[in-house]
Amino acid sequence: MAKWIEACAAGDIDEEDVMRFDHAGRTFAVYRSPDDEYFATDGLCTHEKVHLADGLVMDDIIECPKHNGRFNYKTGAAKGAPVCINLGTYPVKVEAGKVLIQID
Amino acid sequence: MDPRGIVIVGAGECGARAAFALREQAYAGPVTLIGAERHLPYERPPLSKDGMTAGTDNIRTIADTARFEAAGIVLRLASEAVSIDRAARSVELGDGTQVPYEKLLLATGARPRRLPLAEGSQHCLYLRTHDDAGKIAGRLRPGARIVIVGGGFIGLELAAASRGRGCSVIVLEALPRLLTRAVPQDISAVIADAHRTNGVDIRCGAAIGSIADIDAGVEVRLADGSVLGADLCIIGIGAVPNTELAEAAGLAVENGIRVDERLRTSDPAIFAAGDCCSFPLPIHGGRRVRLEAWRNAQEQGNLAARNMLGANAPHDTVPWFWSDQYHLTLQIAGLPDEGTHTVRRDLDDGAFLLFHLTGDGRLVAASGIGPGNSIARDIRLAEMLIAGRATPAAEKLAAANIKLKSLLAA
Repeated sequence: MAKWIEACAAGDIDEEDVMRFDHAGRTFAVYRSPDDEYFATDGLCTHEKVHLADGLVMDDIIECPKHNGRFNYKTGAAKGAPVCINLGTYPVKVEAGKVLIQID
Repeated sequence: MDPRGIVIVGAGECGARAAFALREQAYAGPVTLIGAERHLPYERPPLSKDGMTAGTDNIRTIADTARFEAAGIVLRLASEAVSIDRAARSVELGDGTQVPYEKLLLATGARPRRLPLAEGSQHCLYLRTHDDAGKIAGRLRPGARIVIVGGGFIGLELAAASRGRGCSVIVLEALPRLLTRAVPQDISAVIADAHRTNGVDIRCGAAIGSIADIDAGVEVRLADGSVLGADLCIIGIGAVPNTELAEAAGLAVENGIRVDERLRTSDPAIFAAGDCCSFPLPIHGGRRVRLEAWRNAQEQGNLAARNMLGANAPHDTVPWFWSDQYHLTLQIAGLPDEGTHTVRRDLDDGAFLLFHLTGDGRLVAASGIGPGNSIARDIRLAEMLIAGRATPAAEKLAAANIKLKSLLAA
């Protein structure tokens, strides 16, 4: 049964930025887009298991801090070498100033 | 369509990337990738890092056989290209096979520079290939005494990996400090501290008098009279580009196969890319460089593929490099020696960034070191500033509370 888990406060993440969120032995990356929407993906790059939250968000792209592998964090799509495996994405909602992500 | 297709000599990061890039560009002709090693193309950076610590059994391939087949890339592994007949447009392999080409990409890479004093020794090893890594890893047993000649990136990453496997390690560097050519003093000092804290005996200014096999190991004598006994000596004193094939074919060579900013050699049908070539860097006023770096191999592999198909695009990116040692990651964007002065920005946990500026205030390089990936995002932003030929104010670069991203927008 999918559950909504509180990840952080909405103001914890700057616009066009990302934050790491760990829960129940798993790690996620939670994003705030330049137009103030929130998104969540798996936390580790599919290339070398590096935390994406240390990476750079530009528009709708998260770039891995290690080798610049790029993903669209809204869809999880890998954008080319060195990454070829997409990220898992998770539904996100903001309620009462809290960012909630739905984890299966 | 020309039935001869495109032939790539060298199946490392650059050659393999170029092969896939041709298909990504919708090229439908034959693509042949020739590699001297018997392995599928694989990622080389882990060999001196976690690949060495974790054991080298798990080769990290760039793509599996199925992906090469699906892309219609013909792999000729364990095959050496021995000559190029430019008039006939054909590459001859070691077994006598002729592989005709319409366009040829030389991505022949580099090989370790040999140390003449070590010739003939059974206990002096070099690192370049997966097989080299396997030989070294097999000898990094707990308690083994390792002497590493060369305080460059390969030597230092192997020093860290050797300590991780419980070996005792001495690093011999000829110059007064580590990584002289590659990084500024502040950063090499942090790296030297990290190695000493982790129990590595770093000896700078060391001159080697002789190296000789003795019993089951090797004895290294220094000019100052000291004698170092070791079970294994690893030599990491730089790399030399593999230019012989190009030279024998009469192509221009200048610290690597000479190419223009579009990666064309002196023969319009032949391109070169990656560690084997020297090229002009627009970002640094057309300075001719040769880069031994993973990302450069990728970028030039991509660009060579596009240009062989007629894109005619220049290589106009910022050099970028990283190294991992212990808990530290170092990254460099641009060439720090292009700067005349340096501005430092201190971050949390001992991490810091150095911005290298010219006399007229242009940011030409940035380097940084810190735990984990603490400096990665800022180096990436600095790279964008460098690419944009930005002239950010020194006081803003120095102030950690000013986001680099805000300077990008300015």
